[in-house]
Amino acid sequence: MSAVTGQALPAARRRGTATSGGGRLPRALHPVAWWVWACALATAASRTSNPLLLLLIFAVVGVVVTARRTDAPWARGYRFYLGMALAVIAIRIIFRIVFESGVTPGDLILFRLPSIPTPAWYAGVQIGGPVSLEAVLSAALDGARLACLLCCLGAANTLANPKRALRVLPGALYELGVAVTVALSVAPQLVESVQRVRRARRLRGASGRGLHALRAIAVPVLHDSLERSLRLAAGMDSRGYGRTGNATPASRRVTATLMLAGLAGLCIGAYGLLDTTVPHAVGIGGFAAGAALCLSGLALGGRRVSRSRYRPDPWRWPEWAVVSCGLASAVVLCLNTGYNPAALNPGLYPLQWPSLPLLPAAAILASALAALAAPPPPAATGASG
Amino acid sequence: MIHLDQVGVTYDGATAPVLRDVRLRVEEGELCLVIGHTGSGKSTLLAAINGLVPHFTGGTLTGRVLVDGRDTARFRPRELADVVGVVGQDPLAGFVTDTVEEELAYTMEQLAIDPAAMRARLEETLDLLGIADLRHRALRTLSGGQQQRVAIGASLTAQPRILVLDEPTSALDPTSAEDVLAAITRLVHDLGVTVVLAEHRLERVLPYADRVAWLPGDGNVTAGDPATVLSQAAVVPPVAELGRLVGWDPLPLSVRDARRRAPQLRRQLPDTPPVAHRSAHTEKDAAPALTARGIVVRYGPLIAVRGVDLTLRRGESTALMGRNGSGKSSLLWAVQGSGRRSSGSVSVAGAASDPARLTSAGARRLVGLVPQTPADLLYLDTVAAELAQADRDAHDRSAGPGTGGEAVTARAILDDIAPGISAGTHPRDLSAGQQLALVLAVQLAAAPAVILLDEPTRGLDYQAKAGLTGTLDRLAARGHAIVVATHDVEFAARSCDRVIVMAEGEIVTDGPAATALTASPTFAPQVAKILAPLPYLTVAQVAAALDPVPAP
Repeated sequence: MSAVTGQALPAARRRGTATSGGGRLPRALHPVAWWVWACALATAASRTSNPLLLLLIFAVVGVVVTARRTDAPWARGYRFYLGMALAVIAIRIIFRIVFESGVTPGDLILFRLPSIPTPAWYAGVQIGGPVSLEAVLSAALDGARLACLLCCLGAANTLANPKRALRVLPGALYELGVAVTVALSVAPQLVESVQRVRRARRLRGASGRGLHALRAIAVPVLHDSLERSLRLAAGMDSRGYGRTGNATPASRRVTATLMLAGLAGLCIGAYGLLDTTVPHAVGIGGFAAGAALCLSGLALGGRRVSRSRYRPDPWRWPEWAVVSCGLASAVVLCLNTGYNPAALNPGLYPLQWPSLPLLPAAAILASALAALAAPPPPAATGASG
Repeated sequence: MIHLDQVGVTYDGATAPVLRDVRLRVEEGELCLVIGHTGSGKSTLLAAINGLVPHFTGGTLTGRVLVDGRDTARFRPRELADVVGVVGQDPLAGFVTDTVEEELAYTMEQLAIDPAAMRARLEETLDLLGIADLRHRALRTLSGGQQQRVAIGASLTAQPRILVLDEPTSALDPTSAEDVLAAITRLVHDLGVTVVLAEHRLERVLPYADRVAWLPGDGNVTAGDPATVLSQAAVVPPVAELGRLVGWDPLPLSVRDARRRAPQLRRQLPDTPPVAHRSAHTEKDAAPALTARGIVVRYGPLIAVRGVDLTLRRGESTALMGRNGSGKSSLLWAVQGSGRRSSGSVSVAGAASDPARLTSAGARRLVGLVPQTPADLLYLDTVAAELAQADRDAHDRSAGPGTGGEAVTARAILDDIAPGISAGTHPRDLSAGQQLALVLAVQLAAAPAVILLDEPTRGLDYQAKAGLTGTLDRLAARGHAIVVATHDVEFAARSCDRVIVMAEGEIVTDGPAATALTASPTFAPQVAKILAPLPYLTVAQVAAALDPVPAP
């Protein structure tokens, strides 16, 4: 068995790079590629409130998710994101209707809700009153943009196994990744424990309600999980977790200092970039310095880690293709050249049918090529992680 | 390979050392079996081999532990990971990742093994342990035996020269345990891995052991040739017990060894045992203590129990056997009234209504159930507090009368079952056997006529099992009807009058233990296997037959 796989491996590698289309071997795309693609689309969505472009992004995300998701449990969550997106739009519209706002003279009034007078100290908020088409539309568009961001996030989570995504963390952040992975696997165990103890409680004649019952359930469950985590820690220790390699306490301190200074730099930089009163150069400088410090900290921290990865996800042309078609749309929508920038955010006054700017539309449509560029996902095997 | 020189271990805050002046040498490629009852320091001894004691657990270690030439005083467990692989009791608690393949790769990743070599080793390990078809499965969906084999594989991929296993089968049913032990013996024979193994199912591994280390409980270790050590050890399987009784030398270690020596003994023994395998207390003429009719339990499309009829008599102790998933637990919970019951009825003598129709406080006065993990019922800080709470619950007369005679205090019951458990102890600090006794006392305080125990023998050593046998015997003598769901044939032979075997939710066998347990060779206790076709079940029966002078 092992000999067969050993020979098949180089062959698979050759075929993976040489062919495309129908003959391609199913494999999982590098999780980072999906995340970059989804984040780029989200950036594009955040730049526009043109309903046609937003709809286009929705459609592109939907097509790619349908084409390239697997059957694994974590890949079945996309409809929850869709539901959440619809809820966001609905909530925004309802709020705009109930707390009458955004109505300017000359608006097209759809209907009037009975107005409830608010006390004087609560001025500024009015409940009920006239509802205009413009206000509803602007709420819907705002909601749609948020919903679009949500769907992009959902797509990333659906297309890329979240746990595999954690594995690409740099060596210095490895511990963080392990902590998250362990926490994720402990949650279902905790639920199981609670159910078991609750069932057992009835054998002692307890009703299962009130503070007393809470204690009777919490104590055994916590004892259980504490024991289990001690055993896990002992197991991980005996299996070589945390082998420090050749790190000295001094090098560890240097790494920590670099990381902290870098994070502080990033914060200052972000503040500088967002606050318009701060000179632009300070913001960019702080950001760059912070990023440089963080990177060197990560590099230094990563050097002391002696660890390898089992079946690392390869980064080949499909990954490059997916990343570039995602980035294309983000770049086109951010640069504002080659089309009329106003078309990205068409005004509601006067109310008119929005125009479709050609270049952004083409760029967004190009993102859908990710579905073709990415290899087909591996067949379902009953794996859950 | 492993060299312990004058090792002593004292935990922080303990008055006496767990291990004292231990000298033990395990040579390359040996299988060393560690025996001794719970609390004798087996786990400490095993954990000292890879440095978990004292680096992880704390405490003081004196003397020297040398593993493949490395001193554990200077090497931490993680730095010994390439030499020693460790497998614990509960595989699920030790899993870091969540699929089989990733779990097998984890140790190799920590050791920075080259990805190509990693891939090749992983494939070999999958085949070695026969888990290749599980490679993409989620760990949580595997059976206990499969999980334990994955755990063994996960420590093997680092190609350690030593494998340390601390009771790897104590939480498994016999079939899964067989799979795991077969895998371990294969490792010893095919790979020449040095294995140190603590195990309750001595009879399974003894034939393969090169060395036995016996911990009598006073902190010392007696190590040596298996037959020699077993001739003096307190913890022995029935086959060795029989060998000692008859005076076979060297002591037989497997049923096969004993069977080859047995023809003469069989000629010596009368055709029917002069005494029964246990003294029965069954009250045959009285009305049944519990009658269940047409019990059905279904979980969606799955039918766990398929129309089972069950009659329990006062003073009768019944073993409920069958493989995992055959519906044993579901049946017990349904009869008690707390579990799901889709249809069927239960009537208890002396009670007007079905326990399922009563409140949970009322139901437990009719039928008491001790669940598979007894500790789930314990939530207070001391044994005394638990017992006091049990008495308060029992005296809450609003729930209706009990059916098992007058109530006694939980403390008196506990002292009767397991004397010497101090009132101030935290229930979680008790051994598995003591926890079981405490929960049994709590349940008995409500004075139910019927007592059901769901796999009480899981994780108990020989001594604790003998204690439980005595307890159940006294309860039966007092007129309780008892049902014990168990996989343990030896336990059933010693403690039960009647055996019920379930398969796929139905009862396939129901009869007296003496006939049910000797009917098939696979489902028989060791003594029956050795002496078949003679219907002897226990060593005590053989002793009585050989020594006609009745004991007073």
